[in-house]
Amino acid sequence: MATQIPVNELHDQGAQAPRRLWLEMLHGWVTTVDHKKIGLMYIGYALIFLVVGGFEALLMRIQLAIPNNHFVSPEVFNGLFTMHGTTMVFFVGMPILFGFGNYLIPLMIGARDMAFPRLNAFSFWISAFAGFLLYFSYIGGSGLYGAGSAPDVGWFAYAPLTARVFSPGHSTDYWTLALLLTGIGSIGTALNIVTTIICMRCPGMKMSRLPLLPWIYLVMSGLTFVAIGPLTAAQIMLMLDRYVGSHFFDTQAGGSAVLWMHFFWIFGHPEVYILVLPAFAFANEIIPVFSRKAIFGYPAMVAASVGIGFISLSVWAHHMFTVGLGPGGNTFFVLATMIISVPTGIKIFNWLATLWGGKIQFTASMMFAIGFLFQFLVAGLTGIMLSVAPFDWQLGNSYFVVAHFHYVLVGAILFMVFSAFYYWYPKMTGRMLNEKLGKWHFWLFVIGFHLTFDLMHVPGMLGMPRRIYTYEADRGWMIWNLLISSGAIIQTVATILFVYNMVSSYFKGPIAGSDPWDAWTLEWSIPSPPPSYNFAEIPIVGSRRPLWDLKHPDDPDTDYEMGQADPQEKQEEGA
Amino acid sequence: MLVLSITAAIFLIVAGILAYVLVKYRSRASNGEGEQEPPQIYGSNQIELSWTVIPILIVVMLFLATTRVVYTTERAQRPANALDVTVIGHQFWWEYRYPELGVVTANELHVPVSDHPQTLPTYLTMSSADTDHSFWVPRLAGKMDLIPNKVNTMWIDPQMKGLYLGQCAQYCGVQHAKMLIRVYADSPEEFAAWVEHQRQPAVDDPAVAEGRNVFMHNACISCHTIRGTVATGRFGPDLTHVGGRETIASGSVPNNPANLREFIDNPANFKPGALMPPMHLDTHDLDAVTAYLTTLK
Repeated sequence: MATQIPVNELHDQGAQAPRRLWLEMLHGWVTTVDHKKIGLMYIGYALIFLVVGGFEALLMRIQLAIPNNHFVSPEVFNGLFTMHGTTMVFFVGMPILFGFGNYLIPLMIGARDMAFPRLNAFSFWISAFAGFLLYFSYIGGSGLYGAGSAPDVGWFAYAPLTARVFSPGHSTDYWTLALLLTGIGSIGTALNIVTTIICMRCPGMKMSRLPLLPWIYLVMSGLTFVAIGPLTAAQIMLMLDRYVGSHFFDTQAGGSAVLWMHFFWIFGHPEVYILVLPAFAFANEIIPVFSRKAIFGYPAMVAASVGIGFISLSVWAHHMFTVGLGPGGNTFFVLATMIISVPTGIKIFNWLATLWGGKIQFTASMMFAIGFLFQFLVAGLTGIMLSVAPFDWQLGNSYFVVAHFHYVLVGAILFMVFSAFYYWYPKMTGRMLNEKLGKWHFWLFVIGFHLTFDLMHVPGMLGMPRRIYTYEADRGWMIWNLLISSGAIIQTVATILFVYNMVSSYFKGPIAGSDPWDAWTLEWSIPSPPPSYNFAEIPIVGSRRPLWDLKHPDDPDTDYEMGQADPQEKQEEGA
Repeated sequence: MLVLSITAAIFLIVAGILAYVLVKYRSRASNGEGEQEPPQIYGSNQIELSWTVIPILIVVMLFLATTRVVYTTERAQRPANALDVTVIGHQFWWEYRYPELGVVTANELHVPVSDHPQTLPTYLTMSSADTDHSFWVPRLAGKMDLIPNKVNTMWIDPQMKGLYLGQCAQYCGVQHAKMLIRVYADSPEEFAAWVEHQRQPAVDDPAVAEGRNVFMHNACISCHTIRGTVATGRFGPDLTHVGGRETIASGSVPNNPANLREFIDNPANFKPGALMPPMHLDTHDLDAVTAYLTTLK
């Protein structure tokens, strides 16, 4: 399992091997099974698609900036929102979070690699292939009746629009196959993460001492198992409908459109938590370090994460309040959805309590984390509003919902991903990102974000449904859409700054050293970038913050844990 | 509204605490080096308990309020005099059938106003002929999906006379954006007159016999119905009284001869992706058909 330790290389992490040929480097990346390289490839691949998906969003915002615009045709627009949604969820969100997990989990638990390195490589490459397959449809597929190329059935692809009657071309097949394949990759990675965390923790790292990031990735991976299954099943059923003549979703022959909705959303809502839990995980590592305090209420944080994991499996039909499930069904999902706000609230309160009494350092990373806290609060509250079914009857499928979930996906998740970049980039590359550019990036992005997504709630309340390629001038939506679109441009500028920062710092940034943030988890005990074997000697830990104990022998965490009577209990709760 | 005030209050309190914490506990040292670490606090079960229990109480309260509204809306007592309309969603237009009145129309829904002394709600029974749609007129009610192979119901009771705009709220294909809804709430007298008029067969004006002839001898009849003629198609909107509507192309453009002519010539002029094909009529026939349809008040 663990790779060999090349003892003679233990102390010369600064001196690299002689320069290798370009082709050899490429070969090294393609054939690697090193979790760090795979993690970086996941992240790089996700960043490419982030740019692609962002570009699609920008095109849509240009189209919607003024009423009756002819910038793109309806066929192109429908393809854009389908591809934007699919790309951002499956080819940005999932890989970027899996990438960070892949990179960080073995380092944080004191392991030399993931449990199944080859499976890890397989999962990455099959997901990567799926992304290219999806985009190949721009060349190889045609969509809805009479429409152009690229999938154009919406990212949740409601039946029966995907039936061959309505989507005779192959673009829907590209979509189906891409999701099928990336699902296989996700399950492989999730399996790997769970096994790694359960089996490969270093000596002394009981579950009650596991840092919160791996803890939450454990929950997230468990959710992935449960959620991806129905999605994959539904994709296969759809393929059968389209090519073998079965009638699962074929309403013309007695199939059920509602069945697809159930299949999709029992995947789709846990998916939201699969995406947001890693954002919580980053916050749990970053906020304490920059507050200079231990996380407040570690057991409560673990319990809340596990709780969110379970409850998120029973909220899916809140996407279906307007489907006509009847009052009994609706009220059940209202309750489940509202309950999930309790563990989520616990997390927010614990973060606030962590900040309370600390000495907060406003690094770029911390600023993004604070942006995350604020925006996640707002997103949670609009979420509670939408959980009230009658409110959802009015605003479901409107721009209010679009604003709400972008508040989660951008305001919370993307902000936390940026925060994670500023925090872990030094570990990954050995160089610091430029803090000044980072703060410019933060402020520009915050302004653009709020301009776009705060205002986006308004046209929703004024009756603007989502997924329309244009609208009439007399509806009073124009001024809002114009401002929303201008915010999108500011966000684009901020993102370009970020990319520039990443590239230029890679060559010119100050050398980071092994522990630039004076942090406390194991990944900071080894050089940056870490050697391929990670730990020359497998560490032995005695508390949740091993590096704190080393730096503060007068006040170690170990004392606190000794005083605690019930870490055992929390361990059982999590298992 | 209860939900709004609760969420606003939570927002103010939590964001207030956040702002307070950020200002109060910011690091004073210009560089973090050499500064004393703050006291480490690991948690407190009492505090955790308090911010678990209080949100649970809020959730229970919100849930009970929501349940009451859900049940009163979905299980509302149906008055005996309520009007029934069957709504059928099509790519990309609305079919309205009044089964008790023998009226069939498209895209412009007429209902009686339901002001206070004389409550007269309209019950909509909804389904779809093809893909999923959703009926949403924000000022009248929440939305309800139209799903093939499934029958949903909802009710509206416009309190004031006038025109209510809405549109399809579930992505249904290329022209989802131009599947607009117009609901006219008429006074009881106006509504009765409208119904009476709609029940008549189509006007047969000898002056436009030529256009009528073109219509009846082209593919038009396989999709459209004009009552009293051989045109009995059901795929497209009923055109028996199309001349009396204010808009064409499901609310996309005003109904005037110029627009009508352009639409018949090639529907993609207004609605690219609409299922009606370009009719390839020559100028003469096009003018004739336009003139004919205009007379169908």
